[in-house]
Amino acid sequence: MTFYGWVTIFGFVIILTALAAPFGRYLAAVYTGGHTWFDPVLGPVERLIYRVFRTDPNEGQDWKHYAKSLIIFSLAGWLLFYIILRTQTFWDWTGLNPLHYHSMPWNVSFNTTSSFLTNTNWQYYGGETSLSYFSQMVGLTVQNFLSAGVGIVVAVALVRGIASRSGASLGNFWQDIVRTVLYVLIPLSIVSAIVLISQGSIQNFTTYLTAHGLTSGGSQTIAMGPVASQEAIKLLGTNGGGFFNTNSAHPFENPTGFTNFFEMLIVLIIPAGLVFMYGRMVGHKRQGYAIYGTMMVMFLGAVIVCYIAEAHGSPAQHAAGLHTGVIHGSGGGNLEGKEQRFGIAGSALFDVVTTVTSCGAVNSAIESFTGIGGAIPFANLSASEVIFGGVGTGLYSILLYVLLAVFIGGLMVGRTPEYLGKKIEAREIKLTVLGLLITPLAALFATALATASAAGRASISSVGVGPQGFSESFYAYLSQANNNGSAFAGYTGFIQPNAGNLGSHGVTFADLVGGVEMVFARYGPILFALAVAGSLAGKRVSPAGLGTMRTDNVTFVVLLIGVIVLVGALTFFPALLLGPIVQGLTGHLYS
Amino acid sequence: MKKIAITSVIAVLGFTLLCGVVYPLLITGIGQLVFPGNANGQQVKIDGKLIGSKLIGQQFTNLVYKNGKVEMSDGEPVTTPNKRYFQTRPSGTDPADNDAATEFANLGPNDLVTKQTFTMRIQAYLALEKPYDPGLTVAKIPVDAINTSASGVDPDISQANAWIQAHRVAAVRHLPLSEVKALIKKYTGGRGLGFSGEPTVNVLQLNLALDRVNAKDAP
Repeated sequence: MTFYGWVTIFGFVIILTALAAPFGRYLAAVYTGGHTWFDPVLGPVERLIYRVFRTDPNEGQDWKHYAKSLIIFSLAGWLLFYIILRTQTFWDWTGLNPLHYHSMPWNVSFNTTSSFLTNTNWQYYGGETSLSYFSQMVGLTVQNFLSAGVGIVVAVALVRGIASRSGASLGNFWQDIVRTVLYVLIPLSIVSAIVLISQGSIQNFTTYLTAHGLTSGGSQTIAMGPVASQEAIKLLGTNGGGFFNTNSAHPFENPTGFTNFFEMLIVLIIPAGLVFMYGRMVGHKRQGYAIYGTMMVMFLGAVIVCYIAEAHGSPAQHAAGLHTGVIHGSGGGNLEGKEQRFGIAGSALFDVVTTVTSCGAVNSAIESFTGIGGAIPFANLSASEVIFGGVGTGLYSILLYVLLAVFIGGLMVGRTPEYLGKKIEAREIKLTVLGLLITPLAALFATALATASAAGRASISSVGVGPQGFSESFYAYLSQANNNGSAFAGYTGFIQPNAGNLGSHGVTFADLVGGVEMVFARYGPILFALAVAGSLAGKRVSPAGLGTMRTDNVTFVVLLIGVIVLVGALTFFPALLLGPIVQGLTGHLYS
Repeated sequence: MKKIAITSVIAVLGFTLLCGVVYPLLITGIGQLVFPGNANGQQVKIDGKLIGSKLIGQQFTNLVYKNGKVEMSDGEPVTTPNKRYFQTRPSGTDPADNDAATEFANLGPNDLVTKQTFTMRIQAYLALEKPYDPGLTVAKIPVDAINTSASGVDPDISQANAWIQAHRVAAVRHLPLSEVKALIKKYTGGRGLGFSGEPTVNVLQLNLALDRVNAKDAP
């Protein structure tokens, strides 16, 4: 561990908070029809879009209507995206497929389509060896925007349900998604992409370069492409699907120590900003602060443990006789699968930032993290995306946990539970619990299926190497269920034999189980969150009395953390024991 | 229902045009106009010949010839480090699969194979560097010299790694050690914002600078 490492971690927390608070105010203006700086430019564009879409943005939608629009919109997106992936060579005339890559097989395309649609961005393929620039731009980048937008609008709808004083309307889906893309995602993406290019990210349409190298053994092919534009929205939308196979470890995606810090900030800026927006929209800023505090405590806990574990080094390093402490001119630590320019702190922090959210971008190989360091992303995923979480997803998931905590608190004091003056009754609690249980259920069921069947074993790279093979499988299905997308990358669903991609084939079992799991674990909770919103929207608000449990103080934060940890631990602890924890507790080397 | 379906299809197509065509083209235009060097990958050319990219690590090795042909092993050419140059970090990228592919090595923390890989790399590093730096032991080797990089094309090494290799490079090139160390200092990049990340030595830029000092003096 180094002084600079700790400065990076705590400096990050301070800068993030300082940026997120005012950004929350902006978001509140966007979703409550307030004025923003962009109105003069974007206002006319927005009105034109509604005309083209043939929709009336002022028409209020109840939760069923809102959900119906969201589902059909997603379905249309799925179909177009799948068609684009399967017709890759057809678009060669655009000149955006310089290496003439063929379409991926149907099963990998199915997995990829489901993955990007659900904001997961799980990738069984390597971008630079499978996809044309056309597919990356017109397919992937578009869904990076839209899946992020869908997550955000669900959160906004739930907040409106909680805040509403009368009527059943949750707002208008079309207005919300248009304003999200136009006022939030596009301006931030443009700025971020330009910052990234200024530091060395590439943005071009030229074919791959053939470099001769300085020496006879140094020749190499260098992949090119429109990287920065996709990188920006990949992070801002907590999508995480890299342009290149090695994702944000690749120097063209993440060229310097500065961009590494910047990329972490733009991953969390929207999830963190939404929490402050929440406080404003319900009229109690302290409610937002309480949720922010809850998230931050859990976030810091994860970062600190991960950093200490990675700085300590791995059993394999120590067995080989390597010294993993800090020496003059080297930061030491478990640098296996990590880049020199990020170092241990920059890799550990990035890993936590992208696994607490549903981002799943990686700047280091999670598979090579130490047992305990690697248990942290596991734990983050087990918490089901409530520590900031994905854009929107994080807020609506933690609000469901808040309702659960309020309910449990109510049971403890023997009073009808209330949240912000609204009674939480059997119907809301049933919907909440169902919404919270879908993700763990999907994850455990898919993992069990994959580890118990011969079909699942085909995907494991470390077959027979102690707990590592189990960790790989478990992480794969946990990550897909949480719509995260990071991986113990040894687990595979796509075999590419050689240069080009003719003759490559998918592992149907892994592709289909993963694809179905992602869709199920994405739209299930969305529907329940919207149903809860609909149920709360019409409720009368009763004034707070003496006996009302407060939900904006430290006691409640502790209760909320307790509920989150308890649900996560009860669900996942047995499985976690079998993989990362065994490895972390022993220095044993498995062969 | 029908109305929602129509709006959905128009919306998906409209957003595809906006986010998938207009947005990336706009960014490409800005990038190519304002930062053409960066947007095209910081290419390094010598006499019009593309050598590589400052941001992409490359191997500074020589092909091994046997009976006038490049020696192959498992479909890969056999190479040996070129002693005149600083060496990059170990890579998990496998050029036989696809030249442009980047890959993680995915070596598990508790796998015996991982330890064996490290031990082999340690022996190779000692065999290369110890003749020029007699005090070098396993415990003094910085981790970046033995551990695989994440991208497989990490362009940088740590300062400690560069200082060890400086003994060899200086001896082979008949340069004073102090001059080589001064060049290392010149091509060392600091932490981002003064605190983010680790100091880095860009290997390609350092090696190019060495060639500018004495390119002709081949061993």
